[in-house]
Amino acid sequence: MSTNPLKKYWKTNLRYLAILLSIWFVVSYGFGILFVEELNTIRLGGFKLGFWFAQQGAIYVFVLLIFVYIRLMNALDKKYNLDD
Amino acid sequence: MTLQTWTWILVGITFALYIGIAIWSRASSTKDFYIAGGGVSPLANGLATAADWMSAASFISMAGIISFNGYDGSVYLMGWTGGYVLLALLLAPYLRKFGKFTVPDFIGDRYYSNTARSVAVFCALLVSFTYVAGQMRGVGLVFSRFLEVDINTGVIIGMVIVLFYAVLGGMKGITYTQVAQYCVLIFAFMVPAIFISIQMTGNPIPQLGFGGMDENGVYLLDKLDGLHRDLGFSEYTSGSKSTLDVFFITAALMAGTAGLPHVIVRFFTVKKVSDARKSAGWALLFIAVLYTAAPALAVFTRTNLIETVSNKKYDELPGWFNNWEKTGLISFDDKNNDGKIQYVGDAAKNELTVDRDIMVLATPEIAHLPNWVIALVAAGGLAAALSTAAGLLLVISASVSHDLIKKMIKPDISEKGELIAARLSAVAAVCVAGYFGIHPPDFVAATVALAFGLAAASFFPAIILGIFSKKMNREGAVAGMLVGILLMLFYMTKFKFDWFGGGTKASWWFGISPEGFGTVAMMANFLVSIVVSKFTPNPPEEVQEIVENIRNPSNAGTAIIH
Repeated sequence: MSTNPLKKYWKTNLRYLAILLSIWFVVSYGFGILFVEELNTIRLGGFKLGFWFAQQGAIYVFVLLIFVYIRLMNALDKKYNLDD
Repeated sequence: MTLQTWTWILVGITFALYIGIAIWSRASSTKDFYIAGGGVSPLANGLATAADWMSAASFISMAGIISFNGYDGSVYLMGWTGGYVLLALLLAPYLRKFGKFTVPDFIGDRYYSNTARSVAVFCALLVSFTYVAGQMRGVGLVFSRFLEVDINTGVIIGMVIVLFYAVLGGMKGITYTQVAQYCVLIFAFMVPAIFISIQMTGNPIPQLGFGGMDENGVYLLDKLDGLHRDLGFSEYTSGSKSTLDVFFITAALMAGTAGLPHVIVRFFTVKKVSDARKSAGWALLFIAVLYTAAPALAVFTRTNLIETVSNKKYDELPGWFNNWEKTGLISFDDKNNDGKIQYVGDAAKNELTVDRDIMVLATPEIAHLPNWVIALVAAGGLAAALSTAAGLLLVISASVSHDLIKKMIKPDISEKGELIAARLSAVAAVCVAGYFGIHPPDFVAATVALAFGLAAASFFPAIILGIFSKKMNREGAVAGMLVGILLMLFYMTKFKFDWFGGGTKASWWFGISPEGFGTVAMMANFLVSIVVSKFTPNPPEEVQEIVENIRNPSNAGTAIIH
């Protein structure tokens, strides 16, 4: 395979990483740490929202992020015929 | 049946299971021994990674730590799970494509240098040994409380079991015992959590009961915040650490998790790159089950503890209190001689000292759960400690037999000779770990948390740059790793062991704790690596081709044997 499609593949991969890692950063460092006090004024049932993100929500989002990445990359591998 | 009988039965059955699996999955080649033959399914690898990762600290200590620290405990929850996102997205697929046996292998080959390899071996051994000593202590603790044997005997029993399946089965044996150990430990963690969630909130799902109400219609978290205020503790749902420190500790734990050699090596055991991604997803899912239940359990046990002991007469306390008093993990000092327990935030008036480790271990007793549940927790704690210990021992033995002997000292060693060397190093590593378990050096507790800082400061930048920057060279990586690890060791020994003039909290740099300093050392590593690489020659053409190649996920199967 020539290097050109591989470069495109890599660029798309980097774009996925940038998007997914931004979400990763926002839910943990953003909602769970930096803005925790602001979010704590909002309630989610028995939880203060910031506290919920720090001890529950961020973890759920992490799991989702990995599975989204798996799907995106499987599709991308297929598109560029790089899947085994 | 008595608790003792139940515990012997459950521990006996699980141990027999682990030994049976080890015999069934013996390693017959170095490929079996280091990477389980390279054909583990993503689901099995996810289960094994989860058990590998969740140590005695996750199972026994974490819920307790959160219980006593409230919001501040979030650093462990986010840090130890968020690292998997980094692993899945930034490391695992590429390292798998690279297709070597160990982390120092990657560092040594990518940076075409035995110096880099030696630095990586040193870091791997340092991180793994500090970590494994903590596991052995966990084994001893469970044995001494539940089976009333001497802690040392407990450690030796644990050593023999690990020795048996790690030496015989290598990575192959470890992988399949870890699958079994995950099942044991998650069952053992969730059963009491579900029971106690029903008791306190009527909701069988702890993650939901966490935000539920008690029988009077008061939200549990509000009630706990209220109790904390009344007793003079800081509010449970608000932190007392500075935001900056919380940020840095979380980052150090995340990068450290992604840089721990015993976790990374698990991704070498699958067949292809897409399987490495999938295993990381499964692993985090399985880990998340425990990590989302633990903070719920923390709130249940905290509320329960306060309600059971606060202002109660010492003579009228339930039996579990005396059982745990004997282990020295809970103690009562009647300062005002009124015969009642004052459990308050003011240290001068507080009469109760509780070790955080008993929160999980004593939960079933505090909640009056049947004996078999208590015994199950003992078996689960052992599963957690043994599975992690085995994974670490494998890293240690592979570092010695593969990275040191095969790659540096005696490259012409035969396959058979290397396998024998691997087994002998595993035996030696178990003995050293056991020694630390029996004679725990004072620094163990302090350094286990810091193992993450060390991993973050050393491996993480070298691996990330090795994958994402083609121009990163030997000089940059070696300089970066050395600066990172030395800076981390300096800060840690200064503030934890009083070396270099010591120091107190007030003299922390920028108010960052030693636990959070891994992030600073990591940034220093990145910075030094990049700057040095700008002023030194580019890596050779063939190394840049290697980097090109690891970004291409196809044909990963051929890379394993070299």
